[in-house]
Amino acid sequence: MEKISKAGTWKSYQESIPDDHFYYVRSCIRQTFFPGSEATLLRILKQELGKDVLDDPRHTSCSGIGYHSDIVPLPTIMTVVARQFALMSETGYKNLLVSCVTSFGIYNEILHMWEHHPETLEQTRDFLWKATRREFEIPQHVVHTSDIVHRFRKEILSRAKYGLVQKAGEKSLRIAEHVGCHYAKIFPDKGVGGAEFPRVLTDMIECWGGEVVDYPERRHCCGFGFRQYIIRENRGYSVANTSKKLESLAPFKPDLIVANCPGCAMFMDKWQYTIGEMEGRTYGPEGRGIPVLTYEELAGLVLGYDPWDLGLQMHQVDMEPILKKMSYDYSPDQKYLSAEGKYLGKPVVPDYCCL
Amino acid sequence: MNYYELLEQDIRYTDGLTACMSCGICTSVCPAAEFTDYEPRKLMIRIQKRNADELERLLKSDYIWNCGQCMSCKTRCPRGNTPGMVIQALRRVAQITGLFVHSEKGRQQLMVKKSIGENLLSMGFCVHPDRLHPETHPEQGPVWEWVYENRKEVYERLGANIYHEGAGAVRDIDAQSMEELRSIFRETGGDLFMQKIEYDTTE
Repeated sequence: MEKISKAGTWKSYQESIPDDHFYYVRSCIRQTFFPGSEATLLRILKQELGKDVLDDPRHTSCSGIGYHSDIVPLPTIMTVVARQFALMSETGYKNLLVSCVTSFGIYNEILHMWEHHPETLEQTRDFLWKATRREFEIPQHVVHTSDIVHRFRKEILSRAKYGLVQKAGEKSLRIAEHVGCHYAKIFPDKGVGGAEFPRVLTDMIECWGGEVVDYPERRHCCGFGFRQYIIRENRGYSVANTSKKLESLAPFKPDLIVANCPGCAMFMDKWQYTIGEMEGRTYGPEGRGIPVLTYEELAGLVLGYDPWDLGLQMHQVDMEPILKKMSYDYSPDQKYLSAEGKYLGKPVVPDYCCL
Repeated sequence: MNYYELLEQDIRYTDGLTACMSCGICTSVCPAAEFTDYEPRKLMIRIQKRNADELERLLKSDYIWNCGQCMSCKTRCPRGNTPGMVIQALRRVAQITGLFVHSEKGRQQLMVKKSIGENLLSMGFCVHPDRLHPETHPEQGPVWEWVYENRKEVYERLGANIYHEGAGAVRDIDAQSMEELRSIFRETGGDLFMQKIEYDTTE
């Protein structure tokens, strides 16, 4: 009997990642909590690498958070997704570049359903035509934005102003990574490294001089849980799962955490404050928290961008200790300024952790 | 009524459960099983019985609302089942039949509809800075409070296009695109689905 192995099925996906001409779809969570990350991605792709990326203002949310919290029916989200594809088809693009891990799972799941249940594809075409008078083509490629940063990690290295090291290369920064469930757990063949040993973040970290920190709960969910966070009474689920991850990685003393999914990055940052307030439990050096970065922020630091252009002032865990550890050239005085240089005041300093 | 007929209309049910051998690997990786009264293995056992009364009890219970939809179960199942997709199908049936109102956690769907649902239909996004008030999100901490209070300046500083139409983060989506989104919800039954959640929980 022929043995069919799942190992390595992701390699064809990695090889198929396109290198130019992207139709960019934004993320509800990334644009809300990490708007600087989306701006940084476009800056890297367009200005550093000269790539063609269309940022079409007409696209909407994929409605994935509503779908996974069970208020958006399946035919509805299929048709919302079909409209994004229609806009892409009309503008001549074939490569969908997805800024959100939830959306990435949604697009792949719907394409999979359409392939295996073609009657749902026909129904979706009918719904879209009746609702919008639009038609669509199936994308040639659906890729997550981290896949593109992964693909161009060596080009980013060639332009690097900083390595992921402490003080002029003395020692690598120790970095824990969190990939996010919907990146490859739903479709292990659609994600660099698959579900077992995702390489998408570790390759970036190692390429840019960091050391990857392994920890037992590396693949555990951050705890978003959709309705479990959205509904205030259920948030114990969310904070408990993040706590489980933080307790697992804390003994390994990482300098920072990098996350693939914007929701995961936000929770692992913000829940450190909440856990401090709830239990007095703090993490990181002197209880000041473990910094959590998006991969765009990490790439931006490697490229020497102004940390306040990246949006590091929006993080609950203060980023300045890691900037100092890297001997980063930055201006602390610019942290709380508007684009016009107006001082916006400072956040309140909490009793426990962070700032 | 035999609710299995409604379940079987949903491809997430027919794709998500073929034959469970009850190995429990889904439960071992399930974040909900760790912190709540939920085990995907037990869920699959109960569904596989094909007992209509048992299914009705499940549809009226809190049990089906504990899953966090991380889909870790999909990766791990050696039989190719996905309890997380079966949960989606169960929650759909619970809502279209109105049985969800028997459960406290089921009735929480009203809050999801009023937040995420109304964000979607009014702004085109599930989440937007304007809708994350620090009073309802104290867990976000003081930095978010600072961001929220200064959001126009903070988002502009970071290259976003807040309160304006055109490309960019947290932009206002143009009127025609919003009308197309709402038309999709009307045409596909998404509108009625959300209206029924509100009607059933408030009547």
